[in-house]
Amino acid sequence: MDLDVDSVRTARTRADLALAPGERFLAGGTFLYSEPLPPGVTGLVDLLGLGWEPWTIDGGGLRVSATCTVEEVRAGLGALGARSGPYRGLGIAQPCADALLLSFKVAHTATVGGNLSLALPAGAMVSLFAALGASVLVWAPGGGARVESLTSFVTGPGETTLADGEVLREVRVPASALGARTAFRKIALTPLGRSSAVVTGLRAEETARLVLTASVPRPVPLEVAPGDHAALDRALDAVTEWFDDPHGAPDWRAAVTRGLAHEVLEELA
Amino acid sequence: MRIDGAAVDAAPRPGQCLRTFLREQGRTGVKKGCDAGDCGACTVLLDGDPVHSCIVPAHRAVGSEVVTVAGLGTPDDPHPAQQAFADAAGFQCGFCTAGMVCTAAALGLPAAEAPEPAELDRLFKGNLCRCTGYRSVRDALAGRRNVETAVAGESFGRPVAAPAALRVVTGREAYTLDEPEPPGMLHVAVLGSPHPHARITRIDVAAARAAPGVHLVLTYRDVPATPYSTGRHQDRNDDPDDTLMLDPVLRFRGQRVAVVVAETLRQARRALRLVDVEYEVLPAVLDPEAARAPGAPLVHGDKDPVLARIADPGRNVVAVVREEYPVPGAVDAALAVSAATVEGEWSTARVNHAALETHGARAWVADDGTLTVRTSSQVPFLVRDELARLLALDPAAVRVVVGRVGGGFGGKQELLVEDVVALAALRTGRAVQWELTREEQFTVVPCRHPMRVRVRAGAGADGVLTALAIDVLSDTGAYGNHAPGVLFHGVHESMAVYRVPAKRVDAEAVYTNNLPSGAFRGYGLGQVIFAIESALDELAARLGLDPVELRRRNVVRPGDPFVVGSLVQDDLDYGSYGLDQCLDLVDEALRRGAAESRDGAAEGGWARGATDGGGRAAPVGWSEGRGVALAMIATVPPRGHYSNARVSADADGGFTVDVGTAEFGNGTTTVHVQLAADALGVPPDRVRVRQSDTGTSGYDTGAYGSAGSVVAGKAVAQAAARLREHLDGGDGVRSAEGSHDGSPRSVAFNVQGFRVAVNRATGEVRVLQSVHAADAGVVINPEQLRGQIEGGVAQALGSALQEQVQLHDGEVMTRAFRHYRVPQLVDVPPTEVLFADTVDTTGPRGAKSMSEAPYNPVAPALANAITDATGVRPHAIPMQKDTLWRLLNGVGRSSA
Ligand SMILES: Cc1cc2nc3c(=O)[nH]c(=O)nc-3n(C[C@H](O)[C@H](O)[C@H](O)COP(=O)(O)OP(=O)(O)OC[C@H]3O[C@@H](n4cnc5c(N)ncnc54)[C@H](O)[C@@H]3O)c2cc1C
Ligand code: FES
Ligand code: FES
Repeated sequence: MDLDVDSVRTARTRADLALAPGERFLAGGTFLYSEPLPPGVTGLVDLLGLGWEPWTIDGGGLRVSATCTVEEVRAGLGALGARSGPYRGLGIAQPCADALLLSFKVAHTATVGGNLSLALPAGAMVSLFAALGASVLVWAPGGGARVESLTSFVTGPGETTLADGEVLREVRVPASALGARTAFRKIALTPLGRSSAVVTGLRAEETARLVLTASVPRPVPLEVAPGDHAALDRALDAVTEWFDDPHGAPDWRAAVTRGLAHEVLEELA
Repeated sequence: MRIDGAAVDAAPRPGQCLRTFLREQGRTGVKKGCDAGDCGACTVLLDGDPVHSCIVPAHRAVGSEVVTVAGLGTPDDPHPAQQAFADAAGFQCGFCTAGMVCTAAALGLPAAEAPEPAELDRLFKGNLCRCTGYRSVRDALAGRRNVETAVAGESFGRPVAAPAALRVVTGREAYTLDEPEPPGMLHVAVLGSPHPHARITRIDVAAARAAPGVHLVLTYRDVPATPYSTGRHQDRNDDPDDTLMLDPVLRFRGQRVAVVVAETLRQARRALRLVDVEYEVLPAVLDPEAARAPGAPLVHGDKDPVLARIADPGRNVVAVVREEYPVPGAVDAALAVSAATVEGEWSTARVNHAALETHGARAWVADDGTLTVRTSSQVPFLVRDELARLLALDPAAVRVVVGRVGGGFGGKQELLVEDVVALAALRTGRAVQWELTREEQFTVVPCRHPMRVRVRAGAGADGVLTALAIDVLSDTGAYGNHAPGVLFHGVHESMAVYRVPAKRVDAEAVYTNNLPSGAFRGYGLGQVIFAIESALDELAARLGLDPVELRRRNVVRPGDPFVVGSLVQDDLDYGSYGLDQCLDLVDEALRRGAAESRDGAAEGGWARGATDGGGRAAPVGWSEGRGVALAMIATVPPRGHYSNARVSADADGGFTVDVGTAEFGNGTTTVHVQLAADALGVPPDRVRVRQSDTGTSGYDTGAYGSAGSVVAGKAVAQAAARLREHLDGGDGVRSAEGSHDGSPRSVAFNVQGFRVAVNRATGEVRVLQSVHAADAGVVINPEQLRGQIEGGVAQALGSALQEQVQLHDGEVMTRAFRHYRVPQLVDVPPTEVLFADTVDTTGPRGAKSMSEAPYNPVAPALANAITDATGVRPHAIPMQKDTLWRLLNGVGRSSA
């Protein structure tokens, strides 16, 4: 929809990222243009002019720019993960992209950075990258940067540790995760609806690392020994806060999350 | 930027989205269903990629190549995707079609190699269609042809295409706001109440009036003090006069507080923030049961019951039915001696119509002084008459014009935006437009009445009913538009369809401080039928009787009187009767489906592309069951529904039909063309229809109560037949008129059957088979009728399984399609549609109406199937996974 702003400027360099009062970052715009802006926002700074490489992969791991689109995750990373081999961990890229309610047409412009910054419980890019043990690189205004694990970056529904003027620059996935086995399960109130519960997981050497999203207000990482379903039950028992919104009652979400988590653990045995 | 091949110099405004930019450049084929990325109606190709133009920042498209639906092809030279949607009859209102076509074109569909069904589900999850139920959309995407070209004089009974088909699929058909803007047009923005119940104690609009671009600010002090109802009927006394254009008392969140009219929408929105209001917050009542308890806050306590036509404002009761047949006490006496009895309580949620075109209107004063309003309405003449009354004008000085309407479902049988634009046009002397946002569609536009229905029923050991009683509580929200009508209709055919010696109806519609309820497809019947059909299923179980057999033994047969809570003595009759056939057809189809799934014969199943609706097997470990429910509906609303049509011979050898009813996807235009063409003995393409314009056609009550085919249709057929006589007689008369008064009325029947599988661990319901039998008399257009039925079943499946307007403290929480689950392509299983063979004595050439009715038996049939599968009975809809899971696992509060 039309946004009531006075200016849109396209950032070309890092210096352009210094926000004037009332300015806000614009990535794909698929969320920003879908609701009226809060009062006080008067300008947008378009990040897509920075021309960041969507993603790069090397011995050090995978780096995904904040401006990489969901479609590039699905097609690019998804294709790498489709084969068994050094990138099989990315096998959950495609189902995670598909777990978003947004259609393939919206996925052309929706970005990873926008998804992580929005930090919705149903943010499937969180489900994907948290399972891969990713961290995020955040640019501070006026120079400087910080790195933080994704699971601590998202602090609640719609809440992150991003301070005013901070930019999410990229997501970093360690090389070890790329070759690991991963698994994905989702349930929604309708077959392709907004996620009610998503469980993703990665099989490390000694442990299975599961991440709960969508059914909880912020991503919940769980680590249990492979095949130890009793331990998983205990870990789930300790989760007490279940998300409540029009996409499913909390008690149901708790129950189906448990079912999905056991399936993921089973798959990662 | 290049748009549809032409270079465009204009630059977008900062923050503008591509959708509005394209429309400002005249590309009005690009539609707005949501303006939020959810529905796909605005899909265009941006450098070849399909995008939702409402969430694409327009500044990014500068320098790009944009192709809209109109750029893909023309009516004379349509793109293959456009041709496919026309050939498949892949639309009804057509408002989703531009987006469907652009998406299909981008994917190269229809293609020789069709995508896997699951892939199609994924690719089209972002294209919502509210009308069709998607079967015909799937057909279009697969390149299946469903329409045929009719021979002169023989179009009746044939699958003739909608006359507007090629214009719709190429984006040429003008919907309400698609005509070029009148010069100098102003825009409306409205401040909504932040409280469910409050009184304005001070309102200061000086700053807003002084804001840039503002031409007019209206508060309750500036508008006529004439009370009216937003609900419109042939008899305006059907609805209570409880509404003011702007009222100092606010009775629901979002109710109009102030109206700003400015040169741009942005200026209007900005000025709204300058309106300074102080409220006295009043106690609110949000629960309908609490609303009628002593001491409850009164929503319309200030009204005179007689003047405002409110049954009991001192108890928040707007309408009452209290009747027992044949004598008081008959039901209790009968139940006391019945072999089996059931008693239970059922409830239905708030549902939004979700017509893809939002409400919107433009008004201006024409050169001859006529106040002209172009709007999205099912009832142009009723809107004209009430506008004239409100504004103290002669109806002849008001003209209401309705173009093609992008879906209605009852939601456009209201006066919701026309009053504001009309008054603003008169005050400013400028053209004025008000287009509702999708959010306003959810938060301030009336929804379906939520109801709580208690049923008591009894039967003898022989399965013959002894007593049937219902106690209905309907929540009409803050205003009583349609409250009496929905209540009276809801308890009417639902009760009358059963032959029972003792009957009782206790029903009340009450005010609360919730969002108002209004007319919705089925008009109350669906809610009550959900309860009665569930209760009777339970009764059959207690008697150990097959539920279909129980119904066979107890439904009315021709000659039986219609009894609700008293004997109905009016013009309702059995013009034809096919309920027995419908029951048999569904019963047989379900048996066939069950047998096939056991034999594994129907391996394919709909999930894998088969579209016959039959024979899918339940997944391992799921519980399987079947359920049936029936519904009866009068073919025309009671107490008069009028239509006056004119058919004229044109100089070019064609014919023009002038008729007042509106086309909103119900297909009446096709029917009118068929009726006129056959009467005149010409091919359908020689007949054009000019409709829903109070300036050009005779009076028509409007498109509600499924009257478009049977009432207006009869008027058209009569006019055409008279013209034919003149033409054959060679008397030089080139034009003739016809009319119909909507009486006598007949009854139509619908039976829905399901086989389902239920997963107890998740609460998921999967439809294995869906079959619907309808008695619509002689079928005028099989493809179109099938579409109406499929669409009705799909809409009903939405409200039965997944849709719900959620309120919290009177505030709507589900304010966008991403939170309000209108069924996507993947959500709707195919429904096998079967027709009873009957010939109606009242309708045109033996036909009966059929557009609301298919909705009504769906929810109870599904609930009955779930009960059969699991042994646990749902008592509330929607039967969402989470609620069903709770029920099946004994968790939390059961709704019984
Ligand atoms: C139909 C539809 C369905 C959707 N379904 C889902 C869903 O299922 N789950 C879900 O999570 N989301 C959903 N969304 C919301 C949203 O579109 C996605 O989350 C998307 O990934 C956001 O990315 P974007 O690039 O479009 O963000 P934008 O809209 O451009 O920005 C979103 C927010 O993030 C900020 N931001 C963006 N990039 C950065 C950055 N690099 N650094 C700092 N701040 C930044 C912006 O300032 C803004 O506040 C849906 C949207 C639509 C239209
Ligand atoms: S109008 Fe753009 S997606 Fe609905
Ligand atoms: S035809 Fe699809 S929304 Fe009406």
